[in-house]
Amino acid sequence: MNIDPSVREALLAAVPNLRAFAISLCGSMDRADDLVQETLLRALANIHSFQRGTNMSAWLFTILRNLFRSEYRKRRREVEDSDGSYAERMKSQPEQTGRVEFAEFREALAKLPPDQREALILVGASGFSYEEAAAICDCAIGTIKSRVNRARTRLAELMSIESVDDFGPDRATRAVLGGNEPG
Amino acid sequence: MKNSKAGPKMPTQAQAATGEGRPEPRLGHDIQAKIGRQLRAIYDDVVNQGIPERFAELLNRLDERDDKDPQA
Repeated sequence: MNIDPSVREALLAAVPNLRAFAISLCGSMDRADDLVQETLLRALANIHSFQRGTNMSAWLFTILRNLFRSEYRKRRREVEDSDGSYAERMKSQPEQTGRVEFAEFREALAKLPPDQREALILVGASGFSYEEAAAICDCAIGTIKSRVNRARTRLAELMSIESVDDFGPDRATRAVLGGNEPG
Repeated sequence: MKNSKAGPKMPTQAQAATGEGRPEPRLGHDIQAKIGRQLRAIYDDVVNQGIPERFAELLNRLDERDDKDPQA
């Protein structure tokens, strides 16, 4: 196989973002790297179908997501439970997935339905437009918008409940005062 | 047919501040900004790891397969 140097460069340049997206999908760095590798192989095998001048990154994200989805269907029972196995993997790998200070956020993120988490990450972290994210997820733009909104609302709820110091002084105050309320 | 917009009303800021009604969790801009920052931070932690060697090696192997050592 001869790999065009410009293609090689574009593939490698996309790797860091593909890994970050992949780990958000599967929750494990090792599986994420395998997924990225498979994505590169699939991309090279189908490079003729890539239209030069279009967004290579979005094309690669689409491939990666489709690969993950087909694996997901195969392992449905293992992966489907978003509060269970996925959340456990995210929690058990803090050294791989980042800093301790974000443990709480990571936990909240793991509680989102996969569709919402994926939409939020594509738009809020990968920097894709709603339109690009919709193309990657093969759905309507309105669907992406609503998933992102629901993800943000749910995260805000989870975070405001769980981080009393930052956002819920009233809650703590009420807990203290609650016992002294005149009856 | 258009439904009337008169649904249940959310308590206003003033009501919440004077303690009328239940205190609402603050789902405002500060939390949304915090969510955005944390999301990008954990994502960028991975992005900033750069390109692991295995990926360059993979492309090298694929690239060399045909033209250098086809029988190897």
